[in-house]
Amino acid sequence: MKASAFGYARATSVADALELLTAYGERAKVLSGGQSLVPAMNLRLVAPELIVDIGELTELRGVSLKGGVLTIGALTRHADLLKSPEIAAHAPLLKDAVAHVAHPAIRNRGTIGGSLAHADPASELPACMLTLGAIIIARGPGGERRIAANEFFVGIYETALTPQELLVAVELPVIPKSSTHFFQEFARRHGDYAIVGLAAQASIKDGRFADLRLGFFAVGDRSLLAKSASKLVDVAVTSAVLSEAASALDDELDPLEDQQATPAMRRHLAKVLLTRCVSLLLARPDLRAGASA
Amino acid sequence: MTATVAIALRVNGELVEANVLPRLNLADFLREHLKLTGTHVGCEHGVCGACTIRINGDIIRSCLMLAVQAHNAAIETIEGVSDSGEIADLQSAFRERNALQCGFCTPGMLMAAQDLLKQSPCPDREQIREHLSGNYCRCTGYQAIVDAIESTARTRTGRWP
Repeated sequence: MKASAFGYARATSVADALELLTAYGERAKVLSGGQSLVPAMNLRLVAPELIVDIGELTELRGVSLKGGVLTIGALTRHADLLKSPEIAAHAPLLKDAVAHVAHPAIRNRGTIGGSLAHADPASELPACMLTLGAIIIARGPGGERRIAANEFFVGIYETALTPQELLVAVELPVIPKSSTHFFQEFARRHGDYAIVGLAAQASIKDGRFADLRLGFFAVGDRSLLAKSASKLVDVAVTSAVLSEAASALDDELDPLEDQQATPAMRRHLAKVLLTRCVSLLLARPDLRAGASA
Repeated sequence: MTATVAIALRVNGELVEANVLPRLNLADFLREHLKLTGTHVGCEHGVCGACTIRINGDIIRSCLMLAVQAHNAAIETIEGVSDSGEIADLQSAFRERNALQCGFCTPGMLMAAQDLLKQSPCPDREQIREHLSGNYCRCTGYQAIVDAIESTARTRTGRWP
């Protein structure tokens, strides 16, 4: 289908974009790479009155590293993240995840800010933001707001952003050198939306987790930073410990039903990913029993 | 505010100026306004890959970009890369290997394949499949398409016996 008619404004600066958003509020939509918004408009799921195109605000594009913090501009494209040496060195989880975001032609246009503001519960990047403890930076008429990732995602396609605010950047703390990560997802076709996925970051000391952050996605109305991870920290992980953590995880999940999977299937696959993640990160193949999907 | 917007862009090397409605997507602009109908429109929401073109050297989905966003950009379509001879060898490999039947997906396949071969001259079959993961073909079962791309890569890098 084709998008319905709308007005178009090409923002010349962040201030210009904010002025338009303030004037139009919910009647306006921000166009960044357009890889989620344009399909939604073509399918007539959204019909904004005004499109505010921020595509030419090059000051919002790029990755920089300063004082142990990676700052990623909102207009940084998925393809940029894949090629960035800073991301590869200091947030390798994000690099692994981006390789699963859609297909090359879409990664050339889609941006991190667009993906986060869109807040699809099945998308990879929101989960990575939770796992990596990101701060999302928004600018609005009242100035700048710094929002922790775990307060940013509110529901399906819903975030803490107000209609007058523009997501301008995200900040990620540089991961400690000894930290390791795990990223896997189940999808019908490489690059499709995940049926269930897991983005994990961990510190391991003497064969035990000193820290473990498990960001699950496509398991509910938003990504989930699993509290049940704490059951695996500072203990000798045995099959019994792992199965206790898996059942605690099950209590935390509230998966949706769609044409891809039932909630029961998603619960099963989340457990499979948990088991794979723990056995792989701890280099304990003995914990793999029952981890086939 | 729903008035037309003036755009100027380069398409296959030629300067094009037009006034377009904001809702017009780039694929429709190429097909309906410029009559470059080699770019196909399948799903119109970024899933099928039939509308793949190049913009400033990178492949993109022309159904997921508005024509107004292409202002000042340099676009290359299947017509451009065919006429320049850039993908002549890839096209003949597709013919030789029967890598197309109805041909609907072929322009998008060729654009994606050429993009891969430019970035990594000797991809293995797994890499070829991954790079084409966003391009649907409902006729061939992909095997022959992967064959054609693999043989083109070998010929280009002189690894063919």
